[in-house]
Amino acid sequence: MFDFDFFVSTLSPIARGLEVTVEITLAGTGIAMVLGLVFEVLRRSRFRVVRWPVAFVRDFIQNTPLLLQAIFFFYVFPEYGLFKLSPFVSGIIVIGIQYSTYTSEVYRAGIDGVPAGQWQAARALNFSRTDTWRRVILPQAIPPVLPALGNYLISMFKDTPQLLVIGVLDMVGVAKAIGSENYEYTEPMIAAGIFFIILSFLASLVVRRLESRFGAHL
Amino acid sequence: MAHIFEPEDIAPTAGAGVRFDNVHKAFGKLVVLDDLSLEVAPAERVSIIGPSGSGKTTILRVLMTLERPDDGYVYVGDQLLWHMQRRSRLGPVRRDGKRWHMQRKVTTVDANEQYLRGVRGQLGMVFQHFNLFPHKKVLDNITEAPIRVGGVSKDEAVLRARELLSMVGLQDKAGSYPASLSGGQQQRVAIARALAMQPKVLLLDEVTSALDPELVGDVLGVLRDLAHETDITMLIVTHEMRFARDVCDRVLFFDHGAVVEQGPPEKIFSAPDSPRLQQFLRQVLER
Repeated sequence: MFDFDFFVSTLSPIARGLEVTVEITLAGTGIAMVLGLVFEVLRRSRFRVVRWPVAFVRDFIQNTPLLLQAIFFFYVFPEYGLFKLSPFVSGIIVIGIQYSTYTSEVYRAGIDGVPAGQWQAARALNFSRTDTWRRVILPQAIPPVLPALGNYLISMFKDTPQLLVIGVLDMVGVAKAIGSENYEYTEPMIAAGIFFIILSFLASLVVRRLESRFGAHL
Repeated sequence: MAHIFEPEDIAPTAGAGVRFDNVHKAFGKLVVLDDLSLEVAPAERVSIIGPSGSGKTTILRVLMTLERPDDGYVYVGDQLLWHMQRRSRLGPVRRDGKRWHMQRKVTTVDANEQYLRGVRGQLGMVFQHFNLFPHKKVLDNITEAPIRVGGVSKDEAVLRARELLSMVGLQDKAGSYPASLSGGQQQRVAIARALAMQPKVLLLDEVTSALDPELVGDVLGVLRDLAHETDITMLIVTHEMRFARDVCDRVLFFDHGAVVEQGPPEKIFSAPDSPRLQQFLRQVLER
């Protein structure tokens, strides 16, 4: 039977797990937003020696599972003396890099959406490449894709429990610990699920606002 | 504190000449510039007319470094546009077939971006579809390049931008976004934006073609003033025959990648020699 008192008692530790989940999501989003853009801009480099490796690395990351990347990053690499980091930091890096491959696709759509005439105008005014990107192209490419980036933020939020495999105690991690202590998973898992629903819903409201704000330009 | 527009504000330096030497350009099998040679004198106003798809615009695009020619040389002033001279390291060279000297060899190679930026500064372009930056206000559209590229201080750039705006009759639109302007107003802003960089050569690519007929006059009026009051060299690709006749020193009739006939406007429009030009003028003037 559903034990309501037990359910309530799980809320406070799981809320602390929620903190971890949110921190990983926010830091991971930071990485994904920046690195995704770097990937996409480099993929458009004039130089093949830049373009090709970047495209390869990106495809490689995109086509392997997050779970496997986490395991390699946290368990395998340190055996060779690489990246001896805490589960929390490893989790942020792995999930951030994984999602940067998705965000780079989003940026690609945004950049493709900028009319060729804008590039030409920038060149006619003799902008440097850097200024062309910074002053002309990106300010037009990014706002329309903010909603799409926001949607990836939400799925990243929901992907964080996968980091359980490297021992990150996020919401689901905490719920699982409580469950195994008490031989009863129903209440803690329901509690974690409810937190997920509430936060995802709030985030989707933000995304919808972004859509109504910027979507019109698309 | 109204600023009175002085011609030297726009073109403090004299216009520069432009030269094409056997320039060739093809897109796949379609030849758009067929060994084209032409020369435009400093401060000359030349309009280029011809059927659509005849490669007129490509002339401007090659000059603006938007399109790299396949072959031939392009000069702006006395500077090569698409090529630069590179001096090799000091090495032994045999002179007169007997003595060896240490000498640097000068070779002509494809221009790199750094070199292009140096030459490109002499050119300005106004596009058929304006290509204003939609995310920037009118004033910022004009000041962005002088500040970022020209190294002009913000105050000075703003001052000049306001003068240019009043010259094109849009002083009250400085704070507007391009989207809120009519096509004719946007194009006048685009002209001001190009002039803000003080080009020696202004390239005008069908600047009235995308405009509603009643808005064409304002844009042409601005260009007419510009032609009368400055020494900027102007290359004008246009379908406005009257404008070509009024403003230009010379008209080039261009077809299939080559200049078919050229001369002063009176001659071209009143007494064309070649049958192709005669036919073209009949088609255009009948509309």
